[in-house]
Amino acid sequence: MTLSRAMIPGVCALAILAAPFAGLLPDYWVTLFNYIGISSLVAIGLVLLTGVGGMTSFGQAAFVGFGAYTSAVLTLQFGISPWLTLPASLVVTMLVAGLIGAITVRLSGHYLPLGTIAWGIAFFYLFGNLNWLGAHDGLAGIPPLRVGSYALTDPRDYFVVVWIAVVSAVIATQNLLGGRVGRAIRALRRSTRAGEAFGVNTAAAKLMVFVYAAMLAGLAGWLYAHFQRSVSPGPFGIGTGTEYLLMAVLGGAGRVYGAILGAAGITFLRDELQNFLPWLIGNTGNYEAIAFGAVLVLILQTASTGLWPILFGPPPAPAPPKPRDDKKPPGRALPAPGTSLLSVQRARKTFGGLVAVNDVDFEVQSGRIIGLIGPNGAGKSTTFNLITGVLPLSSGQIRFEGHALRAQTPQRAAALGLGRTFQHVEIVADMSVIENVALGAHLLGRAGALRAIFNLDRSEEALLFANAERQLARVGLADVALKPAGTLALGQLRLVEVARALCLNPVLLLLDEPAAGLRVGEKKALARLLREVRGEGIGVLLVEHDMDFVMSLADALVVLDFGTKIAEGVPAAIRRDPVVLEAYLGGVS
Amino acid sequence: MDSTIFLFLLQDGIINGAVYALVAIATVLVFAVTRVILVPQGEFVAFTALTIAALENGKMPSTPWLLLALGVLAASSEIIRHFRELNLRRVARIVLFDLALPVGLLMLTRTLAPLKLGQVTNILLAIALITPMGPMMYRIAFEPIAHSSVLVLLMAAFGVHFSLIGLGLLFFGPEGTGTAPLSQASFSLGDLVISGQSVAVLIVTAVLLVLFALFFGRTLLGKALRACSSNRIGARLVGIPTSAAGQIAFALAAFLGAISGVLVGPLMTVFYDSGFLIGLKAFVAAILGGLVSYPMTVLAALGVGFAEALFSFWASNFKEVLVFTLIIPVLAWRSVYAPHAEETE
Repeated sequence: MTLSRAMIPGVCALAILAAPFAGLLPDYWVTLFNYIGISSLVAIGLVLLTGVGGMTSFGQAAFVGFGAYTSAVLTLQFGISPWLTLPASLVVTMLVAGLIGAITVRLSGHYLPLGTIAWGIAFFYLFGNLNWLGAHDGLAGIPPLRVGSYALTDPRDYFVVVWIAVVSAVIATQNLLGGRVGRAIRALRRSTRAGEAFGVNTAAAKLMVFVYAAMLAGLAGWLYAHFQRSVSPGPFGIGTGTEYLLMAVLGGAGRVYGAILGAAGITFLRDELQNFLPWLIGNTGNYEAIAFGAVLVLILQTASTGLWPILFGPPPAPAPPKPRDDKKPPGRALPAPGTSLLSVQRARKTFGGLVAVNDVDFEVQSGRIIGLIGPNGAGKSTTFNLITGVLPLSSGQIRFEGHALRAQTPQRAAALGLGRTFQHVEIVADMSVIENVALGAHLLGRAGALRAIFNLDRSEEALLFANAERQLARVGLADVALKPAGTLALGQLRLVEVARALCLNPVLLLLDEPAAGLRVGEKKALARLLREVRGEGIGVLLVEHDMDFVMSLADALVVLDFGTKIAEGVPAAIRRDPVVLEAYLGGVS
Repeated sequence: MDSTIFLFLLQDGIINGAVYALVAIATVLVFAVTRVILVPQGEFVAFTALTIAALENGKMPSTPWLLLALGVLAASSEIIRHFRELNLRRVARIVLFDLALPVGLLMLTRTLAPLKLGQVTNILLAIALITPMGPMMYRIAFEPIAHSSVLVLLMAAFGVHFSLIGLGLLFFGPEGTGTAPLSQASFSLGDLVISGQSVAVLIVTAVLLVLFALFFGRTLLGKALRACSSNRIGARLVGIPTSAAGQIAFALAAFLGAISGVLVGPLMTVFYDSGFLIGLKAFVAAILGGLVSYPMTVLAALGVGFAEALFSFWASNFKEVLVFTLIIPVLAWRSVYAPHAEETE
């Protein structure tokens, strides 16, 4: 049997996990492996936070500190068993992270990393100045973990504890990422707009990831405290925080196993520099800091995608769960064909002095396709964004199934059953096609992070994926379901977006130029699909430039020009309308 | 707290704040032009103060050696990266700027150091030694990854910081020193004793800020730098070389750092790693100023300085904790009023 490339990491991992017990490794190396494991936990959290969620934190070391100090104080001051302090450590880090996260995760761009640097330093000085935490000397004499009366002081014993924690963290994290909440998290970095259009609460998802990463750091802190048996502020400062981040980046931000590889790489590197450099150059100065910084810069210059993707290639697509029976996800009762769904009444949007949408009225009924057309800059996309809640109305109102849409947000639009596509494709490129489509079913599921972590969401996931598979088959892309979405052509991505919108079980489908970039055959297939959708009683609002496509499909057309509605009616009448002809062709004399 | 103490703290805060303002301006400038958050900015400050201290004692400072080391690194990294595009002009520039200049400064320092020519010479020499380190640092560490994300650049900045701290210990040793005050004069204003040093700090800072405003508002180079910061691609399209802009920004940052070092030396005992905290506090000011607005940054820096003085009076142990937590309410405010923006990387 040949060893496939994908199996190498697994074999190596087994060998490493078995090595300490085969008597092959001296204590020194076992201890080093324990520190690697502890750092891995923090790095795994960072992979989720930075590589997947797109939030950078330099402050994870502070959370390690919270975990470590909580357990140190509780065991030393109150004599509580270390096993009981584990939940306490986790709860304290959770609370602290929740508080900080609530303030900082909504910050955009580079403010978040800057914020983490600031509170990372603040906590470092706080640990160093509180007398009941032992100030700068820290706390010593922390009791070891015990099983019965047997103390786990031998590094080989502790190796088991540490790596059970690491393996559990890996499994929990993979489960989390594979589930419904995981898809929402993975959409955070690449396409917040897509996530929100299908009901993802971005701020909540970010906070959840932040707290999860912090709790992994808290767990690492607890392990650290009872392995080292003493805590002091030193290892919880911004320098260590940077090192953790470097581990995640070195391993390949975004890859869970990469975190372990990165942790191992950095820990070995620092250790070897400390051992090797004094021997090479003599014993003055701290050359390892110089070399460490230099290596860091070199890594970033030569391998900023990280080691894991270079060594082991892209991740395999996860196999979607198969449904055990033919249960369907809860459908939506669609109103009778011809019922008014969407009613836009004197909708107006101004940007400063520019009136982008000027008191526009129109209606969309269930079981009908309404085309919204107009020359470039007519205000079609702005109207679209008003309906979907991406932009607020300046005046007028939009009613959906009789209710006025006030304070509309993309999430509320999704909850009401408005499924949409985007003019500029919004796809999570590093997720598989079917996962992208399943993102559309976000609101059909209920499983939260905890159910995902403990793998209790499988039957629900199976339903969601069955739905996604069905919709993907309808747009004719069933055979590329497992490909990374980023590898598809533009036309195919538009169809993926249509499938994703259908996955919401929409009442009203809002399509923004779905035919742009499609080949003739694909256009015909899309038209056939939209007629089928109309037949089911779903209303469709179609913004489109391709006149043949929209004329052959729409039951009625609304024509905009410079933000104003200039005509409305059946396609045949619009074709002959002199006002429309003038708008498109610049005047017919 | 009576008014005398308050005024004393105010004076103390304003002086510290003025120094932070210079460093913060440099941070903002470098970030705007290159997107690098210059963590090692503080090292320029500390190394300058240490250089002046050595010169005052008539000793040969290690700074020229550090400069030469950086020059050799910059030269070799450029030659390796651009091996195929080497022409006479490029080689001449590398030899002149990376090798001849440090060697020249090394010999000059050797000659001047034992003579103890006095404060002005010391300061000028130190500034001349530190300023070229900026562009060298840019070319070694940041230019090859100039198009990476802010995160990658920030991590590289930390790498440079780690290395410089190590080099600082190697070249300057673990002892801390202070430098002679710029002015021995002091006069009293009511109950308050005002030292000549604080007046000097304020005058130097004010003059530099005005010069900066003129530079960015009136000169072509300044306008080109502003163009780079507001739209990098646009600036390239109209023919502004972004690499040169990066080097100029780093040179200005090193220069401002050196001036801050001159001002800070007499105020505190400077160690090889003192720069980090100074840099970070300036950095708090830069964030408070939103990383874009220079006047806001100056105000914020004065605020940080004053807050620090107050905190050290009330709770000196928690001074650093409080200074760095200052940032949290500001960030919270920003998160409410500017909540939603997609990551642009």
